Amino acid sequence: MTGEHGVRPVLSATGLRKSYGHVVALDGVNFELYPDEILAVIGDNGAGKSTLIKILAGALRPDSGSIFVGEQEVDFHSPIDARRYGIETVYQDLALASELNIAENLFLGRELRKPGFLGSMLRVLDKSKMLRNATDYMQDLKIGIQSMDQKVRTLSGGQRQGVAVARSAAFATKVVIMDEPTAALGVKESGMVVDLIRQVKERGLPVVLISHSMPQVFELADRIHIQRLGRRVAVVRPGECSMSDAVAILTGAKEGNEPQPGEEKR
Amino acid sequence: MTADLNETALKRARTWRNRIAHAFTLPGVGAFAALVLACIFFAVNSKQFLTGHNFSLILQQAMVIGVEAIGQTLIILTAGIDLSNGTVMALGSVMMTGLAVNSGVPPVLALLIGLLVTTGFGLLNGTLVTRIRLPPFIVTLGMLNITRALTLIYTLNIITGLPPLMTAAGNTFDIGTTSVTYGSVLMIILYLVMYFVLRETAWGRHVYAVGNNPEAVRLAGISKSRLLMSVYGLAGLFYGIAGLLLVARTGVGDPQAGLNDNLSSITAVVLGGTSLFGGRGNILGTLVGAIIISVFNNGLQLMGLQEIVQVLITGVLVILAVSVDQMSHRGQE
Repeated sequence: MTGEHGVRPVLSATGLRKSYGHVVALDGVNFELYPDEILAVIGDNGAGKSTLIKILAGALRPDSGSIFVGEQEVDFHSPIDARRYGIETVYQDLALASELNIAENLFLGRELRKPGFLGSMLRVLDKSKMLRNATDYMQDLKIGIQSMDQKVRTLSGGQRQGVAVARSAAFATKVVIMDEPTAALGVKESGMVVDLIRQVKERGLPVVLISHSMPQVFELADRIHIQRLGRRVAVVRPGECSMSDAVAILTGAKEGNEPQPGEEKR
Repeated sequence: MTADLNETALKRARTWRNRIAHAFTLPGVGAFAALVLACIFFAVNSKQFLTGHNFSLILQQAMVIGVEAIGQTLIILTAGIDLSNGTVMALGSVMMTGLAVNSGVPPVLALLIGLLVTTGFGLLNGTLVTRIRLPPFIVTLGMLNITRALTLIYTLNIITGLPPLMTAAGNTFDIGTTSVTYGSVLMIILYLVMYFVLRETAWGRHVYAVGNNPEAVRLAGISKSRLLMSVYGLAGLFYGIAGLLLVARTGVGDPQAGLNDNLSSITAVVLGGTSLFGGRGNILGTLVGAIIISVFNNGLQLMGLQEIVQVLITGVLVILAVSVDQMSHRGQE
């Protein structure tokens, strides 16, 4: 499967279906994410974008359909499986432990241990190395938090999001998925996170961004995947499509550019 | 953006007022202050209070609840609660003494079986919490009755004539002119070990994280069930050790023991500043909490007050300590 100047997608999916009882959340969705891009996924509530993202992040399994990392077909049973393939997700509700400090949150579940007997047998943490590495990650992304041993509880919403993004960027080797990263933030803090998302892209990691904010999507995204009623109805580029057209496609007032089943000529 | 964050971070770090305020928000600080105040009060009111012998006695009286409260702290940090710890402990102590005295099992083996039984009931609690997903309150409420009944089915009699191994922890050694029981030293060592484990190991940090945000733990790829099983199992082991200390202190195996220990251990944990909502607290605070209970009982007794007054004051203390904790926490948000 090649598209876009013969470049292979980093992450792709075909024919994803998922239903909850009688409710069909995804009705045969295709998805492609190419290297070095920010792909926004937009859609009204109930359009299936959360379900799509959870499937790509390994948090949900589709009823049918295939997911590919590069050329390899994969089957994610948990977010851990997705992480093994280098896909990291920043969740809307942050998934940070507020009583642990920044470094401990960055390394939650993949803590660094002391070398030798202390680390291997007694499982003692190498806290100073964790603090040093955490400082490096945060500086890499230009997140200006002074000390990595502050508890996350003491941070502002934007700073917390910074920690969550830094964690993903530090461990992702292929893809970073961000689910509404600015939903809970004020204007100024949203601006910080938008900068962060750009930093992640500049580091060579493609980003899947789910957002409700049209201006933000049009500011950041290279391509926009529009989801409606469980299907992908269009993929547009911000330069070639106006914001109002995108909204029209999203709400169904205007037809998208994606062939839909039934209309499709076989 | 960098500048803004830097500025706020600097402001946070550099104000002394904040630092002092921060010190007051550390879990267990209220407890420590209360302990010091209580000691001053009792020292003024009773000549016997401020003696080495009396402090040794206070530690000795605190050791059973103290060790039970280690297990309770672990469980509460995961946002759980254990109502069965006293009766699990009683079952363990009656089993180990009964097997050794009545069934002729070698003392070492009987002791190990006792510890295995309490660890087993801890694991059973853990299984019910993780596999059947029952609330810890319900599981341990049921287990409170089950273990109490099993204890009384096993024996209604107080078991006496214990082998020396089982009373060894009640023996003393001298520091200067003060004799200290080995059991109280064991309690303090256990606290220091768990303090280290909770702070410096991945397991310890995960215990806090799961109480804070179980979803974060799951998404970080940590098995929540395995973590909780290890916590409940380890708590069970601590109840077994507490059972041994009880046997050593009293010199008998008593099937009626431990009935109120669930509440006393929760009191110690809460006095020590650990949040009942999980994820926040300091295990050394629990040690202070256990000692406070013991100091009050001891001091009020020395002042010649009735036992019921001690119970009354403990109740007031709990409400006071948690109020202080809540207020300090609120001031920070």
